[in-house]
Amino acid sequence: MRLAAFVLLSVLLMTLDRLHHLEFVRAGLGVALYPVQMAVHVPLQAGSWVYDTFSLRRSLVEENRRLRREQLVIESRLGRFDALEAENRRLRNLLDSSVKVGEQVLIAEVVAVDMDPFSRQIMLSKGTRSRVYAGQPIIDANGVMGQVVHVNPLTSAALLITDPGHALPVQINRNGLRSVAVGTGAAGRLSLQYLPNNADVRAGDLVVTSGLGGRFPSGYPVGTVTAVTTDAGRPFAEVVVEPSAQLERNREVLLVWPANVPIAPPGQDGGA
Amino acid sequence: MMVRRSGGGLALVLTFVIAFMLMILPLPALVEPLRPAWVTVVLVYWTMAVPQRVGVSWAWFTGLLKDGVAGTLLGQYALGLALVAFIVIKLHQRMRVLPLWQQGVGVFVLVLLEQSLFLWTRGIQGLPSPWLLVLGPAAASGVVWPWIFIILRDVRRRYRIE
Repeated sequence: MRLAAFVLLSVLLMTLDRLHHLEFVRAGLGVALYPVQMAVHVPLQAGSWVYDTFSLRRSLVEENRRLRREQLVIESRLGRFDALEAENRRLRNLLDSSVKVGEQVLIAEVVAVDMDPFSRQIMLSKGTRSRVYAGQPIIDANGVMGQVVHVNPLTSAALLITDPGHALPVQINRNGLRSVAVGTGAAGRLSLQYLPNNADVRAGDLVVTSGLGGRFPSGYPVGTVTAVTTDAGRPFAEVVVEPSAQLERNREVLLVWPANVPIAPPGQDGGA
Repeated sequence: MMVRRSGGGLALVLTFVIAFMLMILPLPALVEPLRPAWVTVVLVYWTMAVPQRVGVSWAWFTGLLKDGVAGTLLGQYALGLALVAFIVIKLHQRMRVLPLWQQGVGVFVLVLLEQSLFLWTRGIQGLPSPWLLVLGPAAASGVVWPWIFIILRDVRRRYRIE
């Protein structure tokens, strides 16, 4: 019967896709659906353009002034940062370290969000034609957002760090304690796994990427610890982290090409 | 005859395109859990109204596209939609004579079934399956059904989709 055939075909497809043999089909579907996504995206963009064009002059002037003030503060901070980076590079050179600082970034727009209520995924407006690759980290101005999972020629899908299927190697900035930040599926909540009950974690601690696993560059902020619950009956503490990136509010994200991968020792492959 | 039929086909496809657009339209976080399963609702209408044209295979390929949009495993939604179309084809003569609100209840159950299958396949992959979150889209689909029915019936009469 036809239904039975299609059920079997579905199961076959799911199995193949699970093993990542169907990226070309997915890419084809992505290209076919690109016009539909644009049809939704363009009116929204037009809406924000109309809003920008017709917003009051007074509020624009005020915003301009505020932004200028902010820029001044940020520039001064950046100047200090540049100096620190230069110093860091100099010291590293002195130490003859193989870690290089500095990576390439590219701005991509978010074309669609929350396509499936049970996972946290976003669609970005850059694809293989911009050299985007699966597994590439994405960040925003405040911290890590997630990583690219599927790439089409013109668009790509990215998994946010709050997705229940996403785990991120992190460390506590204060003392370097390593852990894994796993998404909970709820917006604005990550959970740190495998921290013993007596671990030195406090609410307010900054959590940054550790760079272990080689996928994310180290030192990017991930979030702040909001609650630590210890229960003597459980082996591990329950640590809740609030992501610092504006996962649900961004329209633009940064794609990062990490450059600070340690150079592999000779006679050994870099691995992924 | 052929020309008229292909014109109707275009309108048919267009309703699905609009359903896909509604599916990916960004919504405020508050209303997001209540987004109706637009594609499923439109599919239920067409399989009920013109089962000889829109059947299990049509449903399956629509589901495949939905998987492409949603970024889920290819075949996850396809499986659910094929099953929904199969049930509607079996019951279409009974469903057609029911009052609109009772059809709405039927749509609620169908969407619930589709999403449960979807959650089940998620469970096999080892991903968490929040069962309560299924009720929102299913209930919203049942509520919008009478309006969708009336709109699509007008579309069907106007373009003589048979």
